[in-house]
Amino acid sequence: MQEERTEPLMDQQWSTATLRVLSSMPSRTIGRSRGAIISNYYNRTMQLRRRRQSRPSIRDFAPSSRPSIRGYGGVETDAGVDDERKWRQLVINLQNLPVSDRVQMLRCMPLSVDEKREIRYITSPYLSPFCFFFFILPNGYGGMVDYWLSLLSFLQLWQIALKKVSGRFGTGVLSYFVFLKTLLLFNFFLSIVTGFFLVLPQAIYPALSYALKFQGLELLTGGGYFTSTVMYYGYYTNSTLKKDCIWQQAISQHSNQTACHSLYYNMPLAYFFTIGFAFFITGIILVYTMSKSFGQSFRIDKSQGVLAMKVFASWDFKVSKKSSIKMQCENISTQIKELLSELALQQNTMGLLQKFGKSCVHLLAWTMCVGSTLACVLAVFYFSDYIRARVNDTANPLVKEAGLLALPVVVSTINLLLPGFFNAVAWMEEYNSPSTSNYVSIFRNLMLKVSVLGVLCYHWLGRIAHDPTSLGLQCWESFVGQELYRFLLMDFIFTMLDTFFGEFLWRLFSQKALKRKRKPVFDIARHVLELIYGQTLAWLGVLFIPVLPIVQIIKLLCMFYMKKASLMMNCQAPRKPWRACQMTTIFITLLCFPSFLGASVFVTYTMWTIKPSESCGPFRGLNSMFQSGKRWVEELEKGNPNLGWLVWAHTYLVENPFFLFVGAVIYFHTQVLDGQRKIISLLQEQIKNEGEDKKFLITKLQFIHEQKRPLSSHRIRGASEVKPEDSGTASLLLKKMTSSLPSLIFTPWTSWH
Amino acid sequence: MGNKQTIFTDEQLDAYQDCTFFTRKEILRLHGRYHELAPHLVPMDYTNDPDVKVPLALIVNMPELKENPFRNRIVESFSEDGLGNLSFNDFVDMFSVLSEMAPRELKAIYAFKIYDFNVDNFICKEDLEKTLNKLTKEELTPEEVNLVCEKAIEESDLDGDNKLSFADFENMISRAPDFLSSLHLQHLSDTLIQNDLQSVVTGTVPPWSNSGLNVYLRDTMVVSRT
Repeated sequence: MQEERTEPLMDQQWSTATLRVLSSMPSRTIGRSRGAIISNYYNRTMQLRRRRQSRPSIRDFAPSSRPSIRGYGGVETDAGVDDERKWRQLVINLQNLPVSDRVQMLRCMPLSVDEKREIRYITSPYLSPFCFFFFILPNGYGGMVDYWLSLLSFLQLWQIALKKVSGRFGTGVLSYFVFLKTLLLFNFFLSIVTGFFLVLPQAIYPALSYALKFQGLELLTGGGYFTSTVMYYGYYTNSTLKKDCIWQQAISQHSNQTACHSLYYNMPLAYFFTIGFAFFITGIILVYTMSKSFGQSFRIDKSQGVLAMKVFASWDFKVSKKSSIKMQCENISTQIKELLSELALQQNTMGLLQKFGKSCVHLLAWTMCVGSTLACVLAVFYFSDYIRARVNDTANPLVKEAGLLALPVVVSTINLLLPGFFNAVAWMEEYNSPSTSNYVSIFRNLMLKVSVLGVLCYHWLGRIAHDPTSLGLQCWESFVGQELYRFLLMDFIFTMLDTFFGEFLWRLFSQKALKRKRKPVFDIARHVLELIYGQTLAWLGVLFIPVLPIVQIIKLLCMFYMKKASLMMNCQAPRKPWRACQMTTIFITLLCFPSFLGASVFVTYTMWTIKPSESCGPFRGLNSMFQSGKRWVEELEKGNPNLGWLVWAHTYLVENPFFLFVGAVIYFHTQVLDGQRKIISLLQEQIKNEGEDKKFLITKLQFIHEQKRPLSSHRIRGASEVKPEDSGTASLLLKKMTSSLPSLIFTPWTSWH
Repeated sequence: MGNKQTIFTDEQLDAYQDCTFFTRKEILRLHGRYHELAPHLVPMDYTNDPDVKVPLALIVNMPELKENPFRNRIVESFSEDGLGNLSFNDFVDMFSVLSEMAPRELKAIYAFKIYDFNVDNFICKEDLEKTLNKLTKEELTPEEVNLVCEKAIEESDLDGDNKLSFADFENMISRAPDFLSSLHLQHLSDTLIQNDLQSVVTGTVPPWSNSGLNVYLRDTMVVSRT
């Protein structure tokens, strides 16, 4: 519809006067001339000053919804005088702002550093050295503080390595490593909480238990020697840890003091609340990260302007290596050619038969994927049962331990082979855009992992926890913990093997035997999903193995160096376009929703409904783990009836974990709204610019019409070059602008605040 | 105190810190890089703000810029004379705007300048053609280039004058969430970070040689002597 109106305008040859009018419109001078920048920032500082005041004055609100001509000056007369005045006013405004705002304004101004320094010098003069006597934090100390802060930034992990990776492979591959770093931070937090509150107290007061000899196989199976250490749930005592009073009584023999000042540490309570607290805080941090990322990548109207965006926004300036730049150029030209062919295709409508053929192929591919997933899930289901029975029967303890490794090996093999199968199936399919194929492959991979983990959770909770004696177990929690440890370890071993065979040997093979120049591609989506899978296992297992986050940290550290080395040696950057910002948001969402949510549902279910073992762990003898917390609250109430509200809160909030999830959803929505608000303010500014243009044109028109009047007193100096077509073009432009403005401009301004 | 050399006064470092997105340490490091480009031209002592400009040919040899197809335009957009000769202020400005801390509006303004080859404050079809050829290393046929330019202008031109003003450009860029992260020039070379770390750890270069503490003591000692 817009094309009909712009065509007549585009056909005309613009006169010089028209071009002058066009180029001096306010929206076009932004970022161009110094005067325009200064006046723009003058307006901004004015707005900021008004906002900082407690009550905005009434004249700041426009009485009507349309931008008014009132208060708008005449036609620009002398640009120089105006500039100087605006500059002085800008300086005054800056002086009246608080320091942090002033610095932020100064940094964001698009002026040269020379000018900024000049403005800064006038607005905040340097304190003379003699003032050091009277100020607590002289500038001299600023240097030292800066030094320590910069040292901290050196300790920032892997800064150099990440710069090397992004310099060679671009932002897409960098996002994988940044994601790994994020997971490392989560595990670090988890390990500090569990280590400090659970492992340390129990390690200081060791519980009595039988000690087994350390054999090498324990590192793989997690059983044997490790079962009688702080590693597993079963080791933790269900009593209150207290310091021995005997020694103190001996010292205070002479005094009549019989009271024992000792530390009490209620282990069951500590265990319950630590795990709950760790999950709660992790959930909050995750939701916060996810919603912030969501807000940043929120964009409207993604379908239009694809080609222009490809030209202007696709070049990754981080890449500095020659071969990578060459590759980037090739990628971009391929993508542009694909876009052009797509555009050409859209113009030819596809025949019905072609469409039908395409959907048949899609259907077939989906059937194959879903079918294979289902087959694997059933295989895991029956195999786990079979293994359980077989392991129970054998008498040899070594074979027993090794037999327990069978299930993790099978699951890891499935996780390794099936995504490759999905990729092969996807080759025969045709998608509208490369991002659709990305999403489809991620979804299939995710479906596989979620179903396998679901079956395993059923196996652990539904079979083993329900009937631990069938396996001859006295402590099913420790057993489940061991299983999770084995799964984590096998995942790591298989990743190592995959890196070695899939990347290193494949590169050698393809270069020497097949004589191809192309190296294997680093599949970002698959690797990130593997990371998410590993993290889910870690979260599932924290309840049963408090030291599992530490194991996960070691695993992630090894993976970083291994993947980086393999990447540098063997891989090349992905050829398909990778929208890093969007993909990062998707991955963090996947980390939060299926992964963390699933783990917390698993842990909540275990804590609330399943009966703990009678003979081991901090919750022995109770009906459920949750009961320890409930009992404590009841005891509190008995001791102090004023704390009844705590019991009430506990009953309604903690006993019904549903409320926590609702709270999380609400928090997520507020963060997303925050992101949307930023987009709205950007749009608002664009509309404001259009309004300014309109004002300018109307004033110009008015000026021209007044010029045409015969009365000489209305003549203004300097208005000699008024051509009749000027007013015609100006009014045409105005008409065009009025018709093309979005309808948003007519909503009341106050509704945005 | 026995400090080796003072590169900037404390006031200058504060000013740089307030006007750019860098800390003092990073400014000093950038000065080191600037000095490396033309050691005979750039003095070590910047306390009296010498008027020194490093020519374009030396700046585009920096490892971060050497292979970038837009290197000439980047440097020219930040120079006062438009020919690419950067003073230290312009040099710092360049890295500050293209760092990860700079906001979107600022980056959009300079990106517009970079893509505006004929410096007429509009991105016309010729500018687009040059951009496209630099992006694809002239792998597209002239018909394809023509088609892409026409389509791109059609998609983003809002006021119908067949070229992109800054408002059109910013509107189009606001739809690309990756723009902010892709317009990012990493400014520190690995060897320099490692050298810095080494010198700080072994104590060969006092890290606070340029802090105000030394300047203050020097100044007061001078005052007390007189």
